[in-house]
Amino acid sequence: MSPSVRLQEMIRVIRSARTQGEERGLIQKECAAIRAQFRQSDNGARTHNLAKLLYVHMLGYPAHFGQMECVRLIASPRYSEKRIGYLGAMMLLDEKQDASLLITNSIKNDLSHSSQHVQSLALCTLACMGSAEMCRDLAPEIERLLGASDSYIKKKAILCAVHIVRKIPELGELYTPLACSLLSEKNHGVLHSAVVLITELCERNPDTLRQFRKTVPELVHIMKGLIMSGYSPEHNVAGISDPFLQVRILRLLRILGRCNDAASDAMNDLLAQVATNTDSSKTAGSAVLYETVLTVMDIRSESGLRVLAVNILGRFLLNNDRNIRYISMTSLQKIVQTDHTAVQRHRGTIVDCLKDQDASVKRRALELSLALVSATNIRTMMKELLVFLSTCPPELRAHTASGIFIAAERYAPSQRWHIDTILHVLITAGGDVRDETVPNLIKLITTASELHCYTVLKLYRALITDISQQSLVQVACWCIGEYGDLLLKGECDDIEPMQLTEDDVLDALETVLQSHMSSPASRAFALTATMKLSTRITNNVDRIRSIVSIYGSCIDVELQQRAVEYNALFKKYDHMRAAVLERMPVIDKSSPGDTLGDLTGEVTKDSSLSKPVPGGSTLPLEPASQAFDLLDLLGQTDTVPEASHAESAAAPDPAGPSTGRDLLDLLGGLETTVVPSVTVYEKGGVSLKLQCDSQTETAVTLTFTACNSTQNDITKFTLQAAVPKSIQLQMKAPSGSVLPAGGHSAITQTVVLSNPSKTNLKMRVRLSYSNQGMVCQDTVQIDSFPSPAWT
Amino acid sequence: MRFMLLFSRQGKLRLQKWYTATAERDKKKMVRELMQVVLARKPKMCSFLEWRDLKIVYKRYASLYFCCAVEEQDNELITLEVIHRFVELLDKYFGSVCELDIIFNFEKAYFILDEFLMGGEIQDTSKKSVLKAIEQADLLQEVRVCDSLNWCPCAVHFSMPTTNKCERVSSVICVCLSSACLSQEDESPRSVLEEMGLA
Repeated sequence: MSPSVRLQEMIRVIRSARTQGEERGLIQKECAAIRAQFRQSDNGARTHNLAKLLYVHMLGYPAHFGQMECVRLIASPRYSEKRIGYLGAMMLLDEKQDASLLITNSIKNDLSHSSQHVQSLALCTLACMGSAEMCRDLAPEIERLLGASDSYIKKKAILCAVHIVRKIPELGELYTPLACSLLSEKNHGVLHSAVVLITELCERNPDTLRQFRKTVPELVHIMKGLIMSGYSPEHNVAGISDPFLQVRILRLLRILGRCNDAASDAMNDLLAQVATNTDSSKTAGSAVLYETVLTVMDIRSESGLRVLAVNILGRFLLNNDRNIRYISMTSLQKIVQTDHTAVQRHRGTIVDCLKDQDASVKRRALELSLALVSATNIRTMMKELLVFLSTCPPELRAHTASGIFIAAERYAPSQRWHIDTILHVLITAGGDVRDETVPNLIKLITTASELHCYTVLKLYRALITDISQQSLVQVACWCIGEYGDLLLKGECDDIEPMQLTEDDVLDALETVLQSHMSSPASRAFALTATMKLSTRITNNVDRIRSIVSIYGSCIDVELQQRAVEYNALFKKYDHMRAAVLERMPVIDKSSPGDTLGDLTGEVTKDSSLSKPVPGGSTLPLEPASQAFDLLDLLGQTDTVPEASHAESAAAPDPAGPSTGRDLLDLLGGLETTVVPSVTVYEKGGVSLKLQCDSQTETAVTLTFTACNSTQNDITKFTLQAAVPKSIQLQMKAPSGSVLPAGGHSAITQTVVLSNPSKTNLKMRVRLSYSNQGMVCQDTVQIDSFPSPAWT
Repeated sequence: MRFMLLFSRQGKLRLQKWYTATAERDKKKMVRELMQVVLARKPKMCSFLEWRDLKIVYKRYASLYFCCAVEEQDNELITLEVIHRFVELLDKYFGSVCELDIIFNFEKAYFILDEFLMGGEIQDTSKKSVLKAIEQADLLQEVRVCDSLNWCPCAVHFSMPTTNKCERVSSVICVCLSSACLSQEDESPRSVLEEMGLA
């Protein structure tokens, strides 16, 4: 009776289960039976049970209760039980399981077993799942077996040693002396394993590598023997004599010849011979040639050999087999930097591969094409790449787009071509481009001043066709806002003129504003562009005013803020409007990482509103950066809370800081005398004094004292402070939050400033309190601090 | 080689061999993902793909996908040859192998794989010697042995410790396949096997 019948019966039954639930039920029943049988100490069906369990495990069900059974079976003297036990160990036990250590002793015994097959089982299991401890314990045994006379065991022992070296590289020293002598074996199995072992040893230890360099002549000799030998039926694969061994030897030669002239010279002839004589009509031959090419490229080979190698790769490119084309492109990618001209010769074929059906081939072709773009072929290559972009699979789009941008930036023959290319990419794949594309393109457009008219016409056309690509929409809105006057003039040399009315342009912008496809950023761009047009057009200013005021109550806070500010620009600061909305200056290209670098009109207008200074074209970046640098906490939020209370939009803005500043100016003269405390704020009966407690080189401790001289109690008094980025601020707990009337007691709060970079101390303090149910908020800027009471 | 998988077109795993230590949970996840990726490929596509940081080499034979994960420096084309050699071995062993053979005799498929590859590398480049080794191991398995018997040094047969003769020992039959251990000169290995009903 064949031992597998019961197993096969079970498999048949499980396969006939019609539903997942039925299968699960059957398997649970079987597992219960198996578990019961395991508990019985000795029965004849142990192998069947474990085999059944392994099948269940392969289906994906838990089988950990079989681990101990594996251990028991391995220890059994019967070969059939050992065989299945070891298989179970390889499948169920891995080095993370504790039970794996239990089999170490069994393996050790079996390694010295008189039967080769048992030894082979032990070696195989050790090489498959041997943990570091097991390897350390059994390394000497393996060393002993390496010297064994039988080639069957020897080759297995060598591969086991490979596994040990991979797990514990230090043990490589144990096997190095023996490895050299193994190369003189005749048995191909032993030779193959020996080459693998030497490769592994050389890769991990540079000293060993130097030692093994002297084996190069021997390896060359073996290879020559393989190539020149006649037909050997045992090792022949498709006309190549033992391709597996040849590939392994070539790989070892590659490692030995790398960065070493002597070794590379010794193998030159051999490589040339292999390259010319190997028949590559079948995969086996191609595999050998491929390995040869990789070796030639990696060692210090002479130029003739390199040319030969590149030609082989070129031949591979024309092969019908897709696999061969794929690997040839992979290899060309590796050498495109060093042998650029050689690879350029095959550019045509590579570009054709862009049209291949296979996604892997396409990816390789794309990488290679991008690497082959140069100043001479930029126009033709870009055409191909743009065609590819429109048909490529979605996962490659982002990569293609960024590759095109980089290439265009490096080799653009003219600015117009550059702009056209970027526009084309945005139209085709705008959703997949990176975020900084928009500001980069805007920078580019501003620098190409003679092309403004052309650009804006093109962008307008693109916008009215399709508003779903957000990057395109943003750039288009910005340009229409900036160059709206040129757009309306409608005449341009390089492009077909369009007759547009102001309403057309405003319609386009409004569509963007109202469309559900537009992202919030795009809508912000559109709103600002609409605003800018108020100075560029003459007739429809009212329409613009109405658009802007509608958005003053928009849910989106960004849009609302901008709309309210623009409204204010119309109402209160109309005299400044033209100056504020003038043409932007050419953006400095050398500030890529600057957060202010991606300028649009909005940022500068914010700072212009909070400082009522006529900006105009001299809106320099400096005040804005200063303002942000100093007041990044309060400065930005300053405008927001003021804007969200619509009625107080205009009022507190000029009032607060300026009065504070006035006060400070008044008190400015007092600071020169040694006065312990300074009143920094006084308004509405609430006063705030500042006293410097101590000052060191890098730290200052201040105390704020708040006093109430009104008739009413002041409650919920809080202080908030902001300092420049280079200074650290630590506010201790205030003494209280209630200021009783009549100034009887005060609230004090200590603040520690640490200033390691010794920048100028500046501080902005915001007070907020509740007086008779009314919430008051005020901000004070402190530019100079009193010196301490004692110095 | 990191691992080898065999799975059907319906996504059922038929064989998995892992040559690196991986947690059970990770193994399941990787198998599931890889099966999805490979099964989604169209018929004429390239046999190589990149997945995570590994190179995957796969080939479809009838209804089974043979899938290997190799490392960066491994030669993909020779891995295709390795897969092909394994299929040839299975074919020779089972005689025109089909998926059902591998399903019902999965443990034998594993034994063949373990004789062919070890630690992810080829053990022997000669098809003949691998098949011979498997044959011998199978023969060894067929014979049931009593604990008191010793293995004879030639490793193919057993011998009694005291008499060196072929003898029936209680209910266990000791089979000697080497002529040196036969008790009677006109008895041949074949006749012994016939007597046992194994030939």
